[in-house]
Amino acid sequence: MTMPYYVAPEQILKDRAEYAQKGIARGRSLIAALYGDGILLVAENPSRTLHKISEIYDRVAFGGVGKYNEFDQLRVAGIRHADTKGYAYSREDVDARSLANVYAQYLGQVFTHEMKPLEVEILVAELGDSQAGDRMYHISYDGTVVDRESFAVLGGDAEAITERFSESLPTDDGLARILPVCVEALQGPERLLTSKELEVGVLDRNLARRFFRRIEEQELQQLLQK
Amino acid sequence: MNLPLFTPDADPGPNFMGLIDKIGPGFNRLKSTVVADDPKSSPIAGANPGGTVGIPHGTTVIAVRYRSGVVIAGDRRATEGVSIAHRAIEKVFPADKFSAVAIAGAAGPAIEMVKLFQTQLEHYEKVEGSSLSLEGKANQLSQMVRSHFPLALQGLAIIPLFAGYDAKRSAGRIFSYDVTGGRYEESEFHTTGSGSRSARTTIKLGYKEGFSLDDAVRLAIKALYEAADDDAATGGPDIIRDIFPIVAKVDDEGYSALDRDSVKSYFTELISHRDNSVVED
Repeated sequence: MTMPYYVAPEQILKDRAEYAQKGIARGRSLIAALYGDGILLVAENPSRTLHKISEIYDRVAFGGVGKYNEFDQLRVAGIRHADTKGYAYSREDVDARSLANVYAQYLGQVFTHEMKPLEVEILVAELGDSQAGDRMYHISYDGTVVDRESFAVLGGDAEAITERFSESLPTDDGLARILPVCVEALQGPERLLTSKELEVGVLDRNLARRFFRRIEEQELQQLLQK
Repeated sequence: MNLPLFTPDADPGPNFMGLIDKIGPGFNRLKSTVVADDPKSSPIAGANPGGTVGIPHGTTVIAVRYRSGVVIAGDRRATEGVSIAHRAIEKVFPADKFSAVAIAGAAGPAIEMVKLFQTQLEHYEKVEGSSLSLEGKANQLSQMVRSHFPLALQGLAIIPLFAGYDAKRSAGRIFSYDVTGGRYEESEFHTTGSGSRSARTTIKLGYKEGFSLDDAVRLAIKALYEAADDDAATGGPDIIRDIFPIVAKVDDEGYSALDRDSVKSYFTELISHRDNSVVED
């Protein structure tokens, strides 16, 4: 009988992190940014039906990158969490912070205790009554939560996109102004992303009760032409 | 609260009722309603609204189809036996953007059923990324009424009325129910609750195929007025307290309720056109 090799915990976690990062880097990125009337989420996604961005609850939206089946399972679990909470208590008791914590607990648990970490990065955004109340929580594959101030970038290419976006951060904060900047940051200097390759959703303060809406092809083209 | 994750074989899918059954017993408040009365001696609510246990009962609700959708309306009174329990209860609710549900019967569990139904439709829509068909929504409500059947036998009957806009057919549709969860599509109109007989007769006499929204609202208002005139458990327009029935429409733009002032003006018009004074000489 051979004894199993001793592997240092540092090494195990490093290997897992590397594995997760590789998985995430294979997928395409997502960017979320606050604007005057709400929160914008833009993802590079050639599919019309396999969504990366989704409504969770009245004021809460979800964005995920990485392995589709894994973040979609998290998305559905988030909807379940929010709907049961809203049903048991009240609609106004559903918030992004508690959901982000639950996600972080789960991702952290899987990262340290399971063989394979989840190859995902997710974002939970919540719309406030005014911009001061807007929240964005960025949760990594290992359960790390970061509270993002004005924008968040998820995915393998996050560093480059963050750099491009911060350079051209618009001063005027209308949707028509900020959306092209997000798209430019996502595509980089060498590519051109068309509306067909983008999935866009907003938490829009001009709506009532359910604040999430998707920006569909036609509207998206108009916004990008401006 | 933990993250509700399930193994593939135990996953409830987009079904919210299935989800809360898995999360824990007692979560579904509709199921855990306790009735103190003896089930054998307790009458069926339809035969004796209010029963003997003093539970508020809602009364007349109606739905009428018109050219481009459906009008749904309900009075505001809830009764406990022969007393008025509430004067301004709401019995007409949006179920989702393109459908509405109105309730007659035991008010407590009925409002709870509406809440569960609304959550169920929204939950499906969010998980699946698309809405249920109107027929699918009607069937979901049917299942809820059926699961409530044991309590209906104990005097807590709930009879909902479901109406919505079917985008595939470009028309309003109405579904009626019985206590067993039986679901019936109505081609023109339907009324339910204790004042439904008078309301139905009124609509039957005034209904015209393909009439306008204005005509449909006027007829619905008249039907509620007649129901309140003949049925003690149905509330009429309460001019002293400024309480008027809820009237809503569902068409291709979705659900919207008429504001109180316009409902009031329909009633004012109705009352001015009839001479109800008893002549004494």
